[in-house]
Amino acid sequence: MNLVFRLAWRNLWRHPRRTWLTTAAMMFSNTLLVFMISLQFGMYGLMIDNTLQAFTGHLQIQAPGYKDDQKIRQTVADIVPLAESLRAELPSVSIAARGTAFALVSSEERSYGIAVFGVEPAYEPDVSTIPGLVSEGRFLGDIDAPEIIIGAALARNLRAGLGDELTVLGSGRDGSFAAAVVDIVGIFDSGIADVDRSITEIPLGLFQDVFFMDGSGHQIVINAGSIDGVAELQSKVGSLLPAGQDLVVHDWDALQPGLKQAIKADMSSAFLMYGILVILVAFSVLNTQLMSVLERTHEFGIVMSLGLTPGRLGRLVLLETAIMGALGLVLGAVLGGLVTSWFSVNGFAYPGMEELASKFNLPARFFPQVSPLTLLVGPAVVFLFTLLAAVYPALRLHRLQPVEAMRAV
Amino acid sequence: MTAVRCVDLCKTYRQGEVDIKALDHVSIEIKEGGFVCLSAPSGGGKTTLLNAIGGLDKPDSGEVYIAGQRIDNLSKGELAELRLRQIGFVFQAFNLIPVLTARENVEFVMQVQGVPAGERQRLAHAILDEVGLAGLEDRRPADMSGGQQQRVAVARAIVSRPALVLADEPTANLDSKTADELMELFRELNDHHSTTFVIATHDKRVMGYAKRLVRMLDGRIVADIKQDAA
Ligand SMILES: Nc1ncnc2c1ncn2[C@@H]1O[C@H](COP(=O)(O)OP(=O)(O)O)[C@@H](O)[C@H]1O
Ligand SMILES: [Mg+2]
Repeated sequence: MNLVFRLAWRNLWRHPRRTWLTTAAMMFSNTLLVFMISLQFGMYGLMIDNTLQAFTGHLQIQAPGYKDDQKIRQTVADIVPLAESLRAELPSVSIAARGTAFALVSSEERSYGIAVFGVEPAYEPDVSTIPGLVSEGRFLGDIDAPEIIIGAALARNLRAGLGDELTVLGSGRDGSFAAAVVDIVGIFDSGIADVDRSITEIPLGLFQDVFFMDGSGHQIVINAGSIDGVAELQSKVGSLLPAGQDLVVHDWDALQPGLKQAIKADMSSAFLMYGILVILVAFSVLNTQLMSVLERTHEFGIVMSLGLTPGRLGRLVLLETAIMGALGLVLGAVLGGLVTSWFSVNGFAYPGMEELASKFNLPARFFPQVSPLTLLVGPAVVFLFTLLAAVYPALRLHRLQPVEAMRAV
Repeated sequence: MTAVRCVDLCKTYRQGEVDIKALDHVSIEIKEGGFVCLSAPSGGGKTTLLNAIGGLDKPDSGEVYIAGQRIDNLSKGELAELRLRQIGFVFQAFNLIPVLTARENVEFVMQVQGVPAGERQRLAHAILDEVGLAGLEDRRPADMSGGQQQRVAVARAIVSRPALVLADEPTANLDSKTADELMELFRELNDHHSTTFVIATHDKRVMGYAKRLVRMLDGRIVADIKQDAA
């Protein structure tokens, strides 16, 4: 072993308890960081997947411009055959076609302006959780049947129930008058008021008839299962689009810009907390290393008179800190990895939140995932700040005069 | 050749209202291979003079030359380099790095000097043998007597063959028998390697070993005697 390294190592263990306490502070915060970051990133993944799988999907094929200005004229032509051919090309992902229109939906007593989606009854359950959330009645069946499902909140607002008739009034693709009478066959309850108030679904065939779509629709929704590899899938889908038609493939970030913003906001509050933790650890290191430098004043005076420069002594102090930091990093990452792995097998319940979680269609137990990133990012930052904390004690050595230092006992 | 030349050194410390002349127009020349004792009662200016010669502290005025090179106007970094390569130091006590063994203490300075590892080991072994510490190379300072610790300090000071060794009361913490042994060692090294020694002391027994005895009082040189030492 290198002599300087040996010196640094032994210097650390002159005060074993102090060194262990400082290392333990690093280890503890590293363990906590590994667990929290694994949990946090796992949650984000779940949050994204759940949000997207509720209705939006990971990708959508649309006419250019439709996303920002949802005009009924901006269509995807021959949408059902196109969805069919994509399903054949991409058997591993779920694909369904939709049409969207805004219409006045009326019961006997009341009317509401609302979005009406035409969906493929056979495929919609693969790209949306709404069909599975039908709590009264059933989901849509035949693609041409005059049926509708509505959310529980809308049902209350309309004072309508299962089996009641609703009138749908709007304008068709060509601007002409569009009207239909449909039966309520199902009422869904997602627990999200906004969804339960504003989404209605009718079969796509009926939709195309009523709104004079001439075989077209507005979006093909693709559910990739998870956000991993969505970018490649996006370009793959892009290459499969028919040459004659002007179409675009939007990813989930373009479709749901609020999602990333929500995650970013959550991240910045979490990172503020982590930051405070890291700074506390840094101060404990600063304190330890200041003491350790101070109590060696006489010794430093001796070796400076032998010709060692303050810079060299400063590097020794930094090396000592780095060894201590590396110890905290390894121990913390290992312990954090073990703790997180245990939870990734046994799951982590949100205490008192099981009901809410089930309402939001989240699993009752959550399984944090350890990855090299979640394992190392926290401990690496702690290590960096540990070294930064030792810079001040190291620089203070430049003020040391050998003659004065040697007078210190 | 002149190993050390001091010209008209002055250094004044202020203690409260009083100015203390630690060095009061001191001039001295020491030949290469010399073995000089600086003797003075406590507070006489020995340490101040040694520190000025070794580049540890700057005089207020006057000039210091080591092997013909003027050093009192060098920068901190240049002085560190000078001490590292040309001057060996032995202090009163607690000279050693407590967590390193005798051998490692000797090797440490050589490592800083850039001596290759194999060479370092060979030299450290040889010098510890020469100062009479064969077999104790792997002991740490806490497991050695005061005399043994001072021998390690001496070994470290001379291992790179500096032209000049400065020792500030090296026997102050030793019993008289151990002090005698250390002084004999100094004389041997002086004879063998013709290293120049300047030893500050107020111990009469130590003075007996000097080839030249320089007496100081209140920062001035009051006597300069050539001796036929034991
Ligand atoms: N840093 C200092 N501050 C004030 N006075 C000092 C300082 N260093 C030395 N002195 C004074 O200078 C005089 C000479 O001191 P010193 O060279 O240490 O003498 P010696 O080594 O012979 O005992 C003494 O009176 C001492 O008190
Ligand atoms: Mg003194």
